[in-house]
Amino acid sequence: MTTPATLTWLAGHEFRLGWRDLTSLMTAGGRRRRRNAILAIVVFVVAMHAFANWVVKNYATIDIGADPLILLTISSTLLLSWALLLSQAMESVTRIFYTRSDLDLILTSPVSARKVFAVRMARIAGGAAMMALLLASPFINVLVWHGGPRWLAAYGVVAAMAATATAVALALTVGLFRLIGARRTRLIAQIVAAVIGAGFVIGLQILAIFSGGTLSRMAALHSPWLLERVPEAGSFMWLPAYAILGDRMALIAVALGGLIILAGAILLFSGRFGEHALAAAGVSAAAVRQRRGSLRFRPRSPASALRRKEWLLLWRDPWLISQTLMQILYLLPPAVLLYVTFRHGTDAFVVLIPVVVMAAGQLAGGLAWLSISGEDAPDLIAAAPVTPARVLTAKIEAVLGGVALVFGPLAAVMAFESVYAAVVMALGIVAASAAATFIQICFRAQARRSQFRRRHTSSRIATFAEAFSSVAWAATAAVAAGPSVFALIPMAVALSILLGIWVVRPRAA
Amino acid sequence: MHASRPVSLATRGLRKDFERPAVDGLDLTIYGGEFYCLLGPNGAGKTTTLRMVVGLLRPDGGTITIDGIDALARPEDAKQITAWLSDEPMIYEKLTPYEYLEFVAGLWRIGAAAAQARARDLIGWLGLEDQAHTRCEGFSKGMRQKVALAGALVHDPKLIILDEPLTGLDAGSARLVKNVLRERVAQGGTVIMTTHILEVAERMADRIGVIANGRLIAEGTLEELRVKTGTGVASLEDTFLALVADAAA
Repeated sequence: MTTPATLTWLAGHEFRLGWRDLTSLMTAGGRRRRRNAILAIVVFVVAMHAFANWVVKNYATIDIGADPLILLTISSTLLLSWALLLSQAMESVTRIFYTRSDLDLILTSPVSARKVFAVRMARIAGGAAMMALLLASPFINVLVWHGGPRWLAAYGVVAAMAATATAVALALTVGLFRLIGARRTRLIAQIVAAVIGAGFVIGLQILAIFSGGTLSRMAALHSPWLLERVPEAGSFMWLPAYAILGDRMALIAVALGGLIILAGAILLFSGRFGEHALAAAGVSAAAVRQRRGSLRFRPRSPASALRRKEWLLLWRDPWLISQTLMQILYLLPPAVLLYVTFRHGTDAFVVLIPVVVMAAGQLAGGLAWLSISGEDAPDLIAAAPVTPARVLTAKIEAVLGGVALVFGPLAAVMAFESVYAAVVMALGIVAASAAATFIQICFRAQARRSQFRRRHTSSRIATFAEAFSSVAWAATAAVAAGPSVFALIPMAVALSILLGIWVVRPRAA
Repeated sequence: MHASRPVSLATRGLRKDFERPAVDGLDLTIYGGEFYCLLGPNGAGKTTTLRMVVGLLRPDGGTITIDGIDALARPEDAKQITAWLSDEPMIYEKLTPYEYLEFVAGLWRIGAAAAQARARDLIGWLGLEDQAHTRCEGFSKGMRQKVALAGALVHDPKLIILDEPLTGLDAGSARLVKNVLRERVAQGGTVIMTTHILEVAERMADRIGVIANGRLIAEGTLEELRVKTGTGVASLEDTFLALVADAAA
């Protein structure tokens, strides 16, 4: 047993909390769900190894050479992964700042707050590393299997990437705190995290579109323009790539560099962490005044009151807004592709329509959960003189109205180019949104809106069904835009998913 | 005494089973303009009873009549004249009290002008003027309870049902809530309230019902309960403990 209040004792406490958080996220506490989660992990690991074997087997024998294309490809992949890690770390740092949980206990205890927050930052780095290793390990294992133990160095590189991503996330979040204050930091940090996560992929895709007219990221890396401008083979920029390929000195440099950067960030920011966390906690207690323009009550029916309430709550949800912005951001590459293709007089609907339809389905799923399951005053609604059917209808209208507000203008713009394509897109948006809403209705479970992040734990079936349904409707719209009667095939798949959901839905719902 | 007054709430043979009977054939009759306190030890079935009355739980048996309306057959009509307030105020963090009241008025189909006037009065009575346009997310428990109470009263209900409404309130807020409830009863409204604070029941209730194991074990004014237990001039606490002990024996 370790001595209380030491770094190792605190680390043990953080590890226990982290582990329980993870297991509850995966199993929602149920014994049967735990068995299912273990089974799902085993299936996932095996499937990922099979996939990794197919993807990277042929690269296992690459030598530590100076081929700029190889170095560029590996470095770009690492940069892409690092951007995603940074995004994840920023989300974690922001969450720790704004979640009150044990803050009162920590700050009123005689333990140094600096020590506690240092451990907490290390936990974020550990969490980021674990998540990255979970996804990277099948690829690394396959490379080790086919190319020898030198590939084990990749584990060290991934850990170093997680450490630097956490350090940069800390610096960015603390910087935002100082720059714009606690109130605005939450929303801006969430948006920055989303943009960082999506931005790199999107940037590469746009670059690829302009250079090759395709969505392939690799096309951009093969461009002679870029290859002429990459650094010399001996540049420190390639250290992570060399480390991955098994260069021991490069590995030591990368691992040490990562640790030093993280340790520096912890030393630099842990002292201020408590101060900023207190400021963040004060935000929830601080008053947010609305404009006094709504002094007059307007005559409303129950349905209209419900719709307005849902829209107000959605509009005032910073997390949702950042997610919506990200959805729109993801539409940027296909939009650029559309522009590039139209410039040459070729139809590009097939690319644009499914992306929009899928994004609409995903957005509708989130909105539907917030409106239908995430009701913060269920007793008030249940005690009101309104039938449950009318309440549900009003909430569905609020969801579909929100989706229409975001995606309607896109369909309208499309109508200028082709009325048929616009109609197909609009129908696809409606179908994907209605399907996602239907799935949420079938699996609705009363929860608070603040539990949105954990909504996936309530039903894995609903989560997967929502994703597959969106994909199927996107495929239906893409084929229909052709136009082709073969659109009936993915449509049948989409309807089968909904039928399956109806059959397996919890009867209490 | 009550013969001339209309019945505000009547339950007959009300029953709800979870793993064991939570409410077991409960007969209650509460009259219009009455302040009725429902007392009982933890797990006695008070909250389950009230949740069935306001339509949050479906009974396994029995009937509920509110102001002559069969609440199980015509739930919307019964809810139109009823208000519910629980110990944990459920309000929307991102709405202001004014917006919350406008929403509740919409749910109860109250005309905009009437609802607005009533909301202004309630906000004034409850001392919420300064926070009327501030989002509820930073409010204390007492402030939230006041907003929820204003929401319960904005549609001018005939029957107000409250489950432990004073839990966690400071003395000032508790007094304010009690005054508002007294005012409602003085205007002819009916209030049914559960509480563990026996002094409140002793001072405010016209009649008290004591529930144990899902059954009504005693009912009447404080004086009638004292007579029943033979506790003379004892406090309600002594009387209540004696009744519960008898029921357990």
